[in-house]
Amino acid sequence: MRIDLTPRTGRSALMDALSPILAFLAALVIGGLVVAALGRSPAAAFVTYFMAPLSEVWSLQEVAIKAAPLALIATGLAFCYRANIWNIGAEGQFVVGGLFGGWIGVAAHGIPGDPLWVLPLMLLVGTGAGMVYGLIPALLKVHLGVSEILTSLMLVYVAELLLDYMARGPLRDPAGFNFPQSVTFDDAAHLPYLMEGGTLHAGVALAVAVVVLATLVLGRTLFGFAVRVVGASPRAARFAGFGDARLTLAVFAVSGAAAGLAGISEVAGRIGQLQPSISPGYGFTAIIVAFLGRLSPMGILVAALVIALTTIGGEGAQIDLKLPLDLTRAFQGLLLALVLGADALSRYRVRFVPGATA
Amino acid sequence: MTVHGLTLDIVQMVLVTIVAAATPLMIAALGELVAERAGVLNLGVEGMMVLGAAAGFAVAVETGSTFVGAVAGAGAGLALSALFGLLTVVLSANQVASGLAMTILGLGLSGLVGASYVGLKRDPAPHLALPGLTDLPGLGRLLFGQDGFVYLAFALAAGVSWFLWRTRAGLILRAIGDDHTATHALGLQVRRVRFRAVLFGGACAGLAGAYLSLSYTPFWAPAMTAGRGWIALALVVFASWRPFRVLAGALLFGGATVLQLNAQAAGLGLPGQALSALPYLATILALVLLSLGRRRGGSLAPAALGRVFTPHR
Repeated sequence: MRIDLTPRTGRSALMDALSPILAFLAALVIGGLVVAALGRSPAAAFVTYFMAPLSEVWSLQEVAIKAAPLALIATGLAFCYRANIWNIGAEGQFVVGGLFGGWIGVAAHGIPGDPLWVLPLMLLVGTGAGMVYGLIPALLKVHLGVSEILTSLMLVYVAELLLDYMARGPLRDPAGFNFPQSVTFDDAAHLPYLMEGGTLHAGVALAVAVVVLATLVLGRTLFGFAVRVVGASPRAARFAGFGDARLTLAVFAVSGAAAGLAGISEVAGRIGQLQPSISPGYGFTAIIVAFLGRLSPMGILVAALVIALTTIGGEGAQIDLKLPLDLTRAFQGLLLALVLGADALSRYRVRFVPGATA
Repeated sequence: MTVHGLTLDIVQMVLVTIVAAATPLMIAALGELVAERAGVLNLGVEGMMVLGAAAGFAVAVETGSTFVGAVAGAGAGLALSALFGLLTVVLSANQVASGLAMTILGLGLSGLVGASYVGLKRDPAPHLALPGLTDLPGLGRLLFGQDGFVYLAFALAAGVSWFLWRTRAGLILRAIGDDHTATHALGLQVRRVRFRAVLFGGACAGLAGAYLSLSYTPFWAPAMTAGRGWIALALVVFASWRPFRVLAGALLFGGATVLQLNAQAAGLGLPGQALSALPYLATILALVLLSLGRRRGGSLAPAALGRVFTPHR
């Protein structure tokens, strides 16, 4: 049997919007089968994964707190992926942003009077550090032709080890009974809470602001236009004079900065100190979020909420149903695979030709 | 034993550990080399490798056979690569994103498969023992005392090299990797060849993972591949898509790993994290040096590598 793909002439907006939803439903069905195979009730699992986190105020806040870094990182990545440039090291840029921004927080510990400059400086340094770290693979690609895929990924491990060393070594709290963590930040180094008595911090608002800003940049500026053209047609982009090298540097800077900002927001918002590990893999999960959101900032915001929901639900399922956390990860990987497959179905008309060979 | 004999044995011991550290990289990289020569960039190697490690160990524990475990490991990698091939070769999905999906999926699935085997330990895969030869001082264990995976890795390099440059099918595969449009116009079966190359790469990645859990450690631990799949991908570039250079590169990296482990044990005063970062930094450095040396020569990568092919009929 042969499978023919014919490009669809007019791509329907409906199919474009529907295909990730169809992929999500397919992932749900497969996930349900796996849960049944593990001897649990798929219905109960569905409730725990997707309904329970929405039923209480604290868990709703947790979903938003988890979604914020995902949305931030994925929005940055969308610039890269749209331009066909593959930054897969956002996890490292996130960690470096958290580390260097958090360093300011540690250094400012004990300064009396809660000075107002501490928090902005932390955010600035964190964002800058992520940007600089992101520019390393970009510069290597532009000047030496080294694949950005491999270098950006390798730098993730380096960043994680650097944070591990700093949190256990130089930045460890000397009065902390040898626990591998820094001092707890002063109030001046903490992102403010959005609600009295809640856990929702200003980093969430920051993420939403960046998503809105990215929508405008991508849709309404020359830079955004260049990103889209290079992705859609590299040849046309060259004729139009959009330089490959400058664009590579720019999108890496944008995505590195976004990941760095997400990192320092996480450290100054949820964690409140430096620890040997500050990310449960946000930088990698954000790749799924970026594609699930079809590389558009608003779509990414929705996708980030959905993925955060499954993550919080996964933690609940681990406690209530003794379902392993790896199930959530497998589900997310499967979801990305299905989204990519469904995308093909919306781009091409698929015809099965029985009897013919490939 | 004489002092001379003692140093020889120490040298041999070091070489044996280097070969052991290099073997999974060789197997995975040789598989990926074939896929890339056909024009498919598979970033799912890490996921296929870790799934192979989990499945291989689980099946070996259940059946009591290392061989069956190794086959199961290769089969698990093959199954995951079939999904990758379906996405990228059949449905023309983006290769980078699909590969990443396979890595995430593989890491998750391996955790599920391996969950009930954490903490178990098996005897390592049996080593070759030839009376007389294996006991030869200085060389015996290195040449005649390895396990089956090691010999297979070297045979694989020879086999892949022979296939790619000495057979018609290999010529077709390389041609497809260089220009899928022209080869398609010639009536060659671009997608079928690519799909098979992807399957071969996946099986190799799974087998490399099985080597880790059945011979190298030998136990299963979550995410135990620790980026080896990615290093294998870098090795293919480093080796400019040539099998025997993959062997050499893998041995270099194996050497770096062993050096790092020994330095860590000796406590050189450097923080352990700095030493652990060495293999990753070395990978970046290797890629940089390689491209510095090749400024003028142009890229050696298969010309159609990573590009989506949709046949228009």
